[in-house]
Amino acid sequence: MAEIANQQPLALHVPEPKARPGAAPDWSGVILPKAGAQPRPDEVCAASETWPLCTDLIRVLDEAGHAQGPWNPRLDAETLRAMLRNMALTRAFDERMFRGQRQGKTSFYMKCTGEEATSVAPAMALAADDMVFPSYRQQGILITRGYPLTEMINQIYSNKADKLKGRQLPIMYSARDYGFFTISGNLATQLPQAVGWAMASAISADTRIAAAWVGEGSTAEGDFHSAMTFATVYNAPVVLNVVNNQWAISSFSGFAGGERQTFAARAIGHGIAGLRVDGNDPLAVYAATRWAANRARSNAGPTLIEHFTYRAEGHSTSDDPSQYRSAQERSSWPLGDPIARLKDHLIALGEWDEERQAAMDLDLAEQVKTATRAAEANGVLGHGLHHPFHTMFEDVFETLPWHLQEQSEQAMRERRIKWPDWRPEDGDDMP
Amino acid sequence: MSEPVTCRRMTMIEAINDALDVMMARDPSVVIMGEDVGYFGGVFRATAGLQKKYGKTRVFDTPISECGIIGVAVGMGAYGLRPVPEIQFADYIYPGLDQLVSEAARLRYRSAGEFIAPLTVRSPFGGGIFGGQTHSQSPEALFTHVAGLKTVIPSNPHDAKGLLIAAIEDNDPVIFFEPKRIYNGPFTGAYDRPVEPWSKHPDSEVPEGHYTVPLGKARVVREGEGVTVLAYGTMVHVAHAVCVDKGVDAEVIDLRTLVPLDIETIKQSVRKTGRCMIVHEATRTGGFGAELSALVQEHCFYELEVPIERVTGFDTPYPHSLEWAYFPGAVRIGEALDRICKD
Repeated sequence: MAEIANQQPLALHVPEPKARPGAAPDWSGVILPKAGAQPRPDEVCAASETWPLCTDLIRVLDEAGHAQGPWNPRLDAETLRAMLRNMALTRAFDERMFRGQRQGKTSFYMKCTGEEATSVAPAMALAADDMVFPSYRQQGILITRGYPLTEMINQIYSNKADKLKGRQLPIMYSARDYGFFTISGNLATQLPQAVGWAMASAISADTRIAAAWVGEGSTAEGDFHSAMTFATVYNAPVVLNVVNNQWAISSFSGFAGGERQTFAARAIGHGIAGLRVDGNDPLAVYAATRWAANRARSNAGPTLIEHFTYRAEGHSTSDDPSQYRSAQERSSWPLGDPIARLKDHLIALGEWDEERQAAMDLDLAEQVKTATRAAEANGVLGHGLHHPFHTMFEDVFETLPWHLQEQSEQAMRERRIKWPDWRPEDGDDMP
Repeated sequence: MSEPVTCRRMTMIEAINDALDVMMARDPSVVIMGEDVGYFGGVFRATAGLQKKYGKTRVFDTPISECGIIGVAVGMGAYGLRPVPEIQFADYIYPGLDQLVSEAARLRYRSAGEFIAPLTVRSPFGGGIFGGQTHSQSPEALFTHVAGLKTVIPSNPHDAKGLLIAAIEDNDPVIFFEPKRIYNGPFTGAYDRPVEPWSKHPDSEVPEGHYTVPLGKARVVREGEGVTVLAYGTMVHVAHAVCVDKGVDAEVIDLRTLVPLDIETIKQSVRKTGRCMIVHEATRTGGFGAELSALVQEHCFYELEVPIERVTGFDTPYPHSLEWAYFPGAVRIGEALDRICKD
């Protein structure tokens, strides 16, 4: 064996973001190509034709609010206004729910502020019956698909009208009738499931496709790689979205490998199509999703889309980002705000103005308020025991086995001792 | 007038293959996937001929990714298919655990019934084939601990087919562990003697076509008054043989399903015999035998005449060359029977 001498000691690299609290943000690593400059390959092209786009950034809206280049989806004004409204409604909803949590109406909430385009625009670009497998920050999909706000709030409050019977953490919605898969909370598990759903659709000679969302941080999970492998092996009709919002709680994207390569570039190693998109440009997001959806529908295979965006707020109501990132990051984020950019575009087209924007915002706030009131009539989490105790034991299995029957009787005995004022009309009388 | 049921002698592998064949033919939503299950028909031949018969979009090979296999199966179940994934060895199942424990097991619960995971995960388990520590494990207790999973373990060809059909038709996720030592013949623990073929065993008479052995129902393999023996899989045969050799008047119960457990059959038997021996091949600490022991104690304490005995594998990884030193065979079972029956 050769003697290896005079080597320097090995050093471990632990990633560090460019700015911590107290420092000015440094966006020198964010390269913003000109809007409209990116080529748009044919939807059924060889995957390799997309690979230059994995390290580029597809942009449509320029600084002056004009739509540029081959990725411009050329949406009519009515559709653009609907997109603006869906994003603004999502933001208004988030504001109100965040406040509700602070007021003690529920235990937890997660906003998607700044990332609205990454769920609203894809939801508009997909067919209404395409199946979506969201992560936890895609409330914009439900809102765009017209799921009742009151139902969302019932879930957030775990109240007596909550269709999920108070079992799930707030915002972990499930809406089968709206093609919206039950949200897990364990990260990235939805990706192989989406691929499996898409494979099942192909096995069944269906026409519907699947789409899934995951944060850049959770691309580190094995599930991401399993999903990519199955997607490429079976050419599954699926769109896999990585929402790169720069932060996974306090861990910046470097802890998922973002210092070395873009997330879209993971498509290259798997041999599938990949697109890297300005995630704060709703038109670019729409166009990329439509491209990938058409590709999947043509049996031309899966696409990985990285949405390059920024988490403008904390991870959740339990988080305080001022503890770990620069306070000026949000205001200086170079890709702007998706709602402001679409608004500017509509104004530039002569299809919108500040007065209508202000009126819309008021109207949306009122809509959310009305929905909130309706949900509050069904109770809020703080009011306690909304669901009959036997519901705790149901749906573990299709039918109740003896051991759960025994445990359910125990729970009801305890109820009589712990909550003697429980009204029989609330349900749950002992069998 | 009902049709006369015709039976055919089968090995356990043939019975499993037959169950899959019956279900593929009956239900177009049944799909089979796993490592080497397609063209090749599986490393143990459980899926032999099925791809040729049903096409490669219903029976197909997968990447070597248990996380992917289970995760994809969950998605297929959500779509409306009824996937029957194979995990090549139970020892390989761990990369798929999150998808089983956090996803398949809880889909119905967390979505209040909107989505279900009607999968049947088949996997060969247990030792006795010189598989070493990565082809011999019995991890059933990891799954019986999880709310929302059913765990089924057959011990003979007749039950394997009927239980597998019942598992596939069940709307809950089922872990279906197949004792690979007895795929091709029953095993009494006499590892130094030639393998007995299934054809000499009465339980190799397998009805043709569709039938089920219901989940959650144990089977009294042999009635007796002296001691209740609780076992499943390979150990049903081993424990039974020791009882016969020693002339013990044992009531041998094949649990067949661990969750949901047939507690009534267990209670009835122990209340009659007053003695209970539990036998499994899996490691001892926290094994399913601990649960059985606790349940027997809770339900039959005043009828018990002597302490419950647990006969298990040792709390070590499954060794290769010392396989038969590890295996809970005639000596370990015999000693426990002696202790139970001494007065």
